[in-house]
Amino acid sequence: MAKKKAKKVAKTVAKKQVKKSAAKSTKKVVAKKATLKKSALKKSASVVNITKTLEISLIELIKNTSAILPDDVQKVILEALEREEKNTTAEYAMNIIKANIELAKKKSQPLCQDTGTVLFYVSHPQNFDQIKFTKEIQKAVVKATEKGYLRQNSVDSLTGENSGMNVGPGHPSIHYHQHNKKTVEVKLMLKGGGCENVGAQYSLPHTALDAGRDLDGVRKVILDAVHKAQGKGCGPGVLGICIGGDRGAGYIESKEQLLRRLDDKNAVASLAELEAEIVQTSNKLGIGPMGFGGKTTLLGCKISALNRLPASFFVSISYMCWAFRRQGIELSEKNQIKKWLY
Amino acid sequence: MKKLNYPFTHEAVRDLKVGDMVLISGKLFTGRDAVHKRLHDGVKPPVDLSNQIIYHCGPVILQDKKTGKYQVTAAGPTTSIREEPYQADVMKDYGIVGVIGKGGMGPKTLAGCKEYGCVYFHAIGGAAQVLAEKINSVDAVYWLDLGSPEAIWELSVTEFPVVVTMDAHGNSLHAKVESASNEQLQKALKENGH
Repeated sequence: MAKKKAKKVAKTVAKKQVKKSAAKSTKKVVAKKATLKKSALKKSASVVNITKTLEISLIELIKNTSAILPDDVQKVILEALEREEKNTTAEYAMNIIKANIELAKKKSQPLCQDTGTVLFYVSHPQNFDQIKFTKEIQKAVVKATEKGYLRQNSVDSLTGENSGMNVGPGHPSIHYHQHNKKTVEVKLMLKGGGCENVGAQYSLPHTALDAGRDLDGVRKVILDAVHKAQGKGCGPGVLGICIGGDRGAGYIESKEQLLRRLDDKNAVASLAELEAEIVQTSNKLGIGPMGFGGKTTLLGCKISALNRLPASFFVSISYMCWAFRRQGIELSEKNQIKKWLY
Repeated sequence: MKKLNYPFTHEAVRDLKVGDMVLISGKLFTGRDAVHKRLHDGVKPPVDLSNQIIYHCGPVILQDKKTGKYQVTAAGPTTSIREEPYQADVMKDYGIVGVIGKGGMGPKTLAGCKEYGCVYFHAIGGAAQVLAEKINSVDAVYWLDLGSPEAIWELSVTEFPVVVTMDAHGNSLHAKVESASNEQLQKALKENGH
């Protein structure tokens, strides 16, 4: 089914291209004749152009997200490199990471070969066509995969077949939010499988960790998750955490916490304090870059809370590797990139 | 910085110790989840793996539409622990001298390293561009039916940078860091932060 869907998208892409070139040549003829139809055709051509521009903008977003780390992430990585002792494997790892960031940017190629789950977060005004926008995103993902900005990363869970186009049930993952602004903002996160695999969800109380239903209990399960993630998640990493919610909402919210800039400050004082403490304590564990041992285990931690049922108390943890690929764009009325968001 | 050059031998690999930073030149064969499962299921490898190194990696590969030539555009390691059930048997059955991956492996693989004279090399996770630059050519591909990231890609590399984190003498950096960090964790759990 995934393959069928992906094929369908590819077909639609091809069809549209034929249509577009047909529209272009028709336009030329009509222009010569200068008939009354001219303005009507112009309008449809401009719709085609706006759609084409959207595709170009989305591909540009994917390309940059895959190749260039945002400034706030680069900053904390360079600080981590400075902290490590000289001539250790930890320093060696951080130096290769630094070189990799520079090289990927220079070559405009994927920073990491695992271009991950392709997660789009779209904020839009009223009267916005989500179905149409979803199709445009899918088309852009197919093209970005063909260009090598994304790896062929989408596998049918039942047959094991790889559609080769990154489109299928659940792929790409798109989250829509309506906002009060008039503009459309598209954020993108590429989250690799290694770090996704070390995500965790705890249910409090947790007897083995002596973790109760309070912020200290939350602290304990987070530290346990950091310890268990060692080596596997491509550390030093960043945590996105949600306290509360149901199991599904908790994980979604924990990922959305990763959309926050690393240098922002949590408006809830107790959470701001907990975020800082988790980073500080984790860095004392000595796990270090790649789990080689060293001073930096975490680069950041972002926490939010959702309401919960009296019977439930979940702590959902999403781990992001150092290759923290997220970017965002604000679109102009003509779907050009008006502004980069990170 | 040590060097390991092709053709690889079990003797050369036994000289390496945990913590050694090594530059590997020669041949690598990628192989990850599906390859290990298939080998473990008893399917013979499509190429002789004796004295070779398996790289846990699912690269981004582009194929030139005109010439049909493959090019690696990104090639960092994938998490190795998923191959823990299979790796020691692959060492025994096919005579490999080492594996490259990330995150380290468990006691079964460590015992396999000691018994069959193998080493676990840790490449820097996520460093797909730095590592892809060390790949000179894609020489062949096998089992492409598993999908591009899961296929066996035969690669020629020059000075491919890795760190020995499990050696052929029973030492594992991962076991050491795990136990030291666990001590620190237990301390932190006893503190009452709030």
